[in-house]
Amino acid sequence: MSVIKANNIHKTYTETAVPVHALNGVTLSVEEGEFTAIVGPSGCGKTTLLNILGGLDTPTEGTVEVANTDITGMNDNQLINFRLQNIGFVFQAYNLIPVLTNKENVEFIMLLQKWPRQEREQRAMELLAQMGIADKANQRPSELSGGQQQRVAVARALASKPKFILADEPTANLDSKSTANLLDMMAQLNKEEQATFVFSTHDQRVIDKARRVITLEDGKIVADITR
Amino acid sequence: MYLTLAWRNIWRNKRRSLITIVSIAFAVLLACVMRSLQLGSYNRMIENAARFYTGYIQVHKNGYWADKTLENSFVNDTGLLAMIDRIAGVEVAVPRLESFALASYGTKTKGALVLGVEPEREDLLTRARSKVVAGAYLQAHDKAVLVAAGLANYLKLGVGDTLVLIGQGFHGANAAGVYPVKGILKFPVPTQNNQTVFLPLKEAQWFYAADNRLTSIALVVDKAKNVDRIVAGISANVDPAALEVMGWRELMPDLVQGIEIDNISGKVMLGVLYAVIGFGMFGTFLMMTAERMYEFGVMMSVGMTRLRMQFVIFLEMGLMAALAVVAGIGLSLPVLVYYHHNPIYFTGDSARAIESFGIEAAYFFSLEPSLFYNQAWAIFFMAFILGFYPLLVIQRLKPVQAMRDAL
Repeated sequence: MSVIKANNIHKTYTETAVPVHALNGVTLSVEEGEFTAIVGPSGCGKTTLLNILGGLDTPTEGTVEVANTDITGMNDNQLINFRLQNIGFVFQAYNLIPVLTNKENVEFIMLLQKWPRQEREQRAMELLAQMGIADKANQRPSELSGGQQQRVAVARALASKPKFILADEPTANLDSKSTANLLDMMAQLNKEEQATFVFSTHDQRVIDKARRVITLEDGKIVADITR
Repeated sequence: MYLTLAWRNIWRNKRRSLITIVSIAFAVLLACVMRSLQLGSYNRMIENAARFYTGYIQVHKNGYWADKTLENSFVNDTGLLAMIDRIAGVEVAVPRLESFALASYGTKTKGALVLGVEPEREDLLTRARSKVVAGAYLQAHDKAVLVAAGLANYLKLGVGDTLVLIGQGFHGANAAGVYPVKGILKFPVPTQNNQTVFLPLKEAQWFYAADNRLTSIALVVDKAKNVDRIVAGISANVDPAALEVMGWRELMPDLVQGIEIDNISGKVMLGVLYAVIGFGMFGTFLMMTAERMYEFGVMMSVGMTRLRMQFVIFLEMGLMAALAVVAGIGLSLPVLVYYHHNPIYFTGDSARAIESFGIEAAYFFSLEPSLFYNQAWAIFFMAFILGFYPLLVIQRLKPVQAMRDAL
């Protein structure tokens, strides 16, 4: 079953003197449980595509369906709610809320989804344990290493049981050991919980782990390989 | 968790938040002290004036207020006093007969306000007994006078000396009398202290040939806010063509106007103070917003609605304002309570300089609740208005752009 269907996506930025065509007719679909990497050189449109698939940005042309729902016609508030209920995000710079503890960061999405306190505390602790950082639950993100912070970010992304997780260059700021650990963990989640991951990356280690690699160049898909 | 988030966000930049909170608290402290001093002084002026010149309410013959002569006196009807005494809120009704006469002792003579009073009732209004600094207070049957200290000094007389009074009585009759000085009174207000002579009412009526006549009945009421009701109550029971009933605002229009003008200037000063503080608050809110654009973008990306973010920011501003208000009022309270019970009295040249304006040379402080909650409202109102900026920024926020611009 397709979790994401993108059909003929175009994105043109007109804020600059010369319009920039970031995406030029991208069509793809992502099935449930996939572990997909979108790769390509800088400026090829990876982040733009991810933003559009995640409902953070709107295409100039084309449609995006997530779990059989067309999100391209949604207004801002509908999109925020849709992201909250359906999509998990992992960012390059972790983007945890610095004033909350790691456990509270994981709970945060569930709080927005109005989970009962006890349930969200329990799930947050389970996820942190799964990520191997349960002992850091009551510390602030600033007290953790980059790799550990990214694991909290993954736990946060998974907390609300989203349809899929979008990860924008998740390993860009990590050393090789942390990268390996994080990738192993995500691969395990993908395998055990059928969590769907879509990465944008140019990190070869991520590309090596991915079972499907979509290559973008100049805003177009030039290769789509499933291994 | 929203409250936790807001609280912790305040302390992200401890130094900046503390500076903001302390500056607002200091403004609240200043504003409280300033307003307390103003309101305290106004209350004292009103009380001084009401308790000496007029009472909080006065009943007199129609026309007396415009032309204060004995010809505008009225017959002391005991039924009138009894009716006034029965009205709820009236603590005491004080009958008086007053006019001017020349007061003379030795080679010195000076114009004096000769007040015929019932000593016991008068004491309840003017607390005259407590103002006796030499000799003794009057009794109703005395044929003696109390002289204000300033006048006594001018005439160079003391207790036991004899004061000569010469003036014009009712219907142009000659008024002349010789009275022993039973006591010296010290009034705080210089104009009172330099010209007042107290005579027992019966003796004053004899002196002025105004048998059983009064120029006014001054009233003490339980609460100033009851004045209008009591005025209406008395007015309904007297012949409006014969008698006039006036509240203290009508009785002291100059004082009311003076207070209003001073009050406005005080409020302008307060406005300037708050405007300065407002810029400081706005600067903090501006920084709090600008440095978190990326974070706002992330929060919106992961599904936090604008309304929730605005709520958190609103909580942050509200908490900061509340902390500052509590600190400001907390700091001002002990100071104001102390000075409310221990007014600052001036002495020497500065006292004389202030007294030359006819004002009691002292600072009085009020503890009216309104002066505290008005500062709180002012701060919260400012926070509310200034807070529109971050709320507007969030309302217009596009998550991708916010994250991109912040990098």
